[in-house]
Amino acid sequence: MKIKVVSNILKANDSIAEENRGLFKENGLFVINLISSPGAGKTSLLEKTIPLLSSPPSKGGKWGGISIGVIEGDIATTRDAERIEKTGARVIQINTNGACHLDSNMIRTSLRDFPLNGLDILFIENVGNLVCPANFNLGEDVKAVILSITEGDDKPKKYPGIFREARVLIINKADLLPYTDCSIDKIKKESLEINPDLNIFEVSCRSGEGLDRWCNWVKAQKKTYSATNLHE
Amino acid sequence: MHELSIVQNILDIAESEARKNNATKIIKIGLKIGEMSGVVIDSINFCFETLKTNTIARDAELLIDHVPLTGKCKNCGSNFQIKNYIFRCDTCNDNNIEIISGKELFVDELEVE
Repeated sequence: MKIKVVSNILKANDSIAEENRGLFKENGLFVINLISSPGAGKTSLLEKTIPLLSSPPSKGGKWGGISIGVIEGDIATTRDAERIEKTGARVIQINTNGACHLDSNMIRTSLRDFPLNGLDILFIENVGNLVCPANFNLGEDVKAVILSITEGDDKPKKYPGIFREARVLIINKADLLPYTDCSIDKIKKESLEINPDLNIFEVSCRSGEGLDRWCNWVKAQKKTYSATNLHE
Repeated sequence: MHELSIVQNILDIAESEARKNNATKIIKIGLKIGEMSGVVIDSINFCFETLKTNTIARDAELLIDHVPLTGKCKNCGSNFQIKNYIFRCDTCNDNNIEIISGKELFVDELEVE
């Protein structure tokens, strides 16, 4: 006997992701899923971004007073969560014990021990991997992909899935450009061929270059999404 | 290696559909897998052989239909195959392209007894 099924293999993940999305919306959160290969600078970007967005204007912060939470995903160790804790952000570590990506159920489980009240923006730092996280929605508003120039300018076409899914591309380690053969123009051209709507920022987490523009974008998106969420 | 969890999902779907239809044995599982679905077919086959052993799909065969990446231009309406991941219309050169196929990752049909 033949049975016509037509069932999305990832539907179990997608339906929990929708539950997470509902919870994020109830709390008025703007949620960014940060995806990159290992060592591209996800944690470094957060270490630089959090103080810029969260320090109050009275203390010299430009944007000021934005309350940030971070869910850290790693196969093992709490090293990243320890780094984030120093910024003052609310943080929880998920250890996937081998799994190459976060899935929506891991996020749902972690939220039992992670209060969302009072937060404005939630960053979810995925496991370092340019392939699998593209398939697993977590309930985020946007996916952000980080590519560091030392990885090479051929990566967008080699990993098209994530570059198509992402709303924003952060090209990190821009200060190292003179020491590599990487062409930022090629990264931009080929990324935009895959996804013409991609917002691209060149930054160096080491020197701080370009982080202003990125933070402005995050803040503007936060406003847009919060307004949309309130109307729904 | 997210193929392992994907194959587990495939087996969960197949077993639940088979039971709904009072079947005791799954003979074939037909999948549709798009060019841009991000999974490796060899890994799917490998994981399937490992995970199926203690299930009612232990003798089942996996039939995979590969779906090419195609798009529809939102400007001129033409349909075309997207090559080399260049999302640009080959008729009018516009880049506002909707993906029509190529992201599939689903269990399409089953053959059961």
